[in-house]
Amino acid sequence: MNKNVERLYNGIIKENPTFVLMLGMCPTLAVTSSAINGLGMGLSTTVVLILSNLLISAFRKVIPNGVRMPAYIVIVASLVTIVQFVMEAYTPSLSASLGVYIPLIVVNCIILGRAESYASKNPIVLSIFDGIGMGLGFTVGLTSIGLVREFLGAGQLFGHQVLSLDWFTPITIFVMAPGAFLVLAFLVAGMNIIRKKMDAKGKPLAAPSGCLTGDCASCGQSAMCTGKKAKTE
Amino acid sequence: MKELILLAVGAAIVNNVVLSQFLGICPFLGVSKKTETAAGMGGAVIFVITISSFITALIYKFILTPLHIEYLKTIVYILVIAALVQFVEMFLKKSLPALYQSLGVYLPLITTNCAVLGVCLTNVTKEYGIGTSVLNGFSTALGFFIAIVIMAGIREKIEYNDIPKTFQGTAIVLITACLMSIAFMGFSGMI
Repeated sequence: MNKNVERLYNGIIKENPTFVLMLGMCPTLAVTSSAINGLGMGLSTTVVLILSNLLISAFRKVIPNGVRMPAYIVIVASLVTIVQFVMEAYTPSLSASLGVYIPLIVVNCIILGRAESYASKNPIVLSIFDGIGMGLGFTVGLTSIGLVREFLGAGQLFGHQVLSLDWFTPITIFVMAPGAFLVLAFLVAGMNIIRKKMDAKGKPLAAPSGCLTGDCASCGQSAMCTGKKAKTE
Repeated sequence: MKELILLAVGAAIVNNVVLSQFLGICPFLGVSKKTETAAGMGGAVIFVITISSFITALIYKFILTPLHIEYLKTIVYILVIAALVQFVEMFLKKSLPALYQSLGVYLPLITTNCAVLGVCLTNVTKEYGIGTSVLNGFSTALGFFIAIVIMAGIREKIEYNDIPKTFQGTAIVLITACLMSIAFMGFSGMI
């Protein structure tokens, strides 16, 4: 397979950040109350991820190893600020409903994680495709969780009423905070079943990493973190 | 005065940072296996969020606003918070070893915890003054402390339960979080 296509496949299916790696859980829980919010968040993260991978890969030989984390953070934070202003200007309603979660893309572990584990070691074009793949994988994850929650919680898909309210009583809890935890819990349980089946077939999925498992190795911040022991205890 | 109390209760319980705002999910799920570790993490978060709310509010008022560079707040805040945590860690290690013993290992974990940056940015969006920012930061962090300690308590009990295989591990923790979140929704009538 072409190397660039392989990167896309890796990001969207094989190491999907939401379903397989379980990264970036804060935005996953927070903005998926509707499919359109999930899509908006996914796409803005994708833009930041592509550009940050591009820049970090381009500067990978210039940035001294000792200060690479602060350098990455400055790059990512600048990109996030730009994306935030573009969204405020062109999609004000989406930007209002995503609120503080847009600037918080800075601390999304997918972005620093990809910077540290991929873009800082690979050529520019491959890093861009890695960003596109991972970003689209994240977008697919957020949008599908958003679709489920919106459908059950309001009988809508992308804001259109599909289940008539004459006979359907919306399960409002799904669009509220507890619904986010509930949907994610069933997603994790479902992934456990799939994981087991794939293991039996001899084609194991990549292990979940990051926040949910308390695993530090994949975390973008692991380089400047000395608290690994606390998490594993 | 009444408004300040309402603000504190609202930030700590009604709009709980973890259970209704989804900030700081990582430590909430990752470091909540034992009550002691959870309390240590919670304490460190209170410490860091309160201090960084204060510092970022000062920076916003006396540096960013006079120079009209408010748009740089995300970049400035994340760097200030990261540096501040390192500094606090060094300071505690040198001068307050007892406190360092109990909070030290957790401090670096929160360097780029989204709750810290989230609170500081919310302070700006809601146009809080310096004092109000500190109060908001402290009460939000207190809410985090409450949530993570309760979660750790429940998880210690769950250890001995017979959970369906599929739901073992993260899934049951998320179900627990869901039920806690429903319980905390009960407070929403308070203010």
